[in-house]
Amino acid sequence: MTATAPVGVADHSPGHGHDHTPATGISHTKLAMWVFLGSECLLFGGFISTYLLYKTRGNGRTLPTEVFDIPFTSVSSFVLLMSSLTMVLALSAVNRGDDEAGRVWLLATALLGGVFIGGQVYEFTSFVREGVAFTTNPASSAFFTLTGFHGMHVSLGIVMLMSLFVASVKGKLTRDNAETVEIVGLYWHFVDIVWIFIFTVIYLIPPD
Amino acid sequence: MSEATISDTDRPVAVDRAPGGGAADDHTTHDHPSDWSYVKIALALAAITALEVFTYFRSVLDWGPALVPALLFMMVVKFYLVATWFMHLKFDNPIFSKMFTGGLSLAVGVYLATLTAFEFWV
Repeated sequence: MTATAPVGVADHSPGHGHDHTPATGISHTKLAMWVFLGSECLLFGGFISTYLLYKTRGNGRTLPTEVFDIPFTSVSSFVLLMSSLTMVLALSAVNRGDDEAGRVWLLATALLGGVFIGGQVYEFTSFVREGVAFTTNPASSAFFTLTGFHGMHVSLGIVMLMSLFVASVKGKLTRDNAETVEIVGLYWHFVDIVWIFIFTVIYLIPPD
Repeated sequence: MSEATISDTDRPVAVDRAPGGGAADDHTTHDHPSDWSYVKIALALAAITALEVFTYFRSVLDWGPALVPALLFMMVVKFYLVATWFMHLKFDNPIFSKMFTGGLSLAVGVYLATLTAFEFWV
């Protein structure tokens, strides 16, 4: 007698190798990540809007826009943008079954992310030295909250990338579970997209 | 062109995620771009970023009233390239695009409304 799994229910019977492909053909994990990223748009949208509302409220003290170092931030932006390339190359390598290249690109992505975070720490430190701290005025609070939250997202992304790297070294990350790399990649590209917004709207567009 | 002259990295990579290496259905098998395509997109992104940074040096070229629209246009192009190529929205199931653009549209709508309210009512 042949047993057939009902529609929409994964077949866990022996010999089917834990086939988690849903009846819809759409990966639920990937869909969940996209829904999460959609909700993240609202989070960062709130922070960006708050900064736009408060960017000129300095209470007679130095505004963040007065201490921006655009050439330096441009280099950081370029580094983060290029990390999206290394991320997608990592996914491509894992999809091909080239685990060694996958590890190299994952590590490169994490390193570029680390360079970006290092740049942000330097930027924050120099801002504080120039008199713009978190509680200096509403504009600085909004600025540090926005860019700080973004930095936290990048840091979390680095942790995920290093976890993938370690999993790959242990032989637990192969072509069969390449979707894990794709999902971490989606998160990583999203933080890149958010920075594309921040770099233009916060740094490049003049305050007036 | 003979087959031998085509580089492996120039060919689209068919991604088969079927567990156990078996045949996947139409929803899980799709062509991802080649590595060289990704490099070309990255070069385009780098060029746009360079142009964005160039607008900062207004002593070299004053963009006048075109500055903000030009910067916003370049930002949207960069967003589009990353979302469609690097995040594979161009090649994946359209439902992912709908989920993302749904959240994005909601965010843009809500916050534009809020900012407009502050501009006109406060």
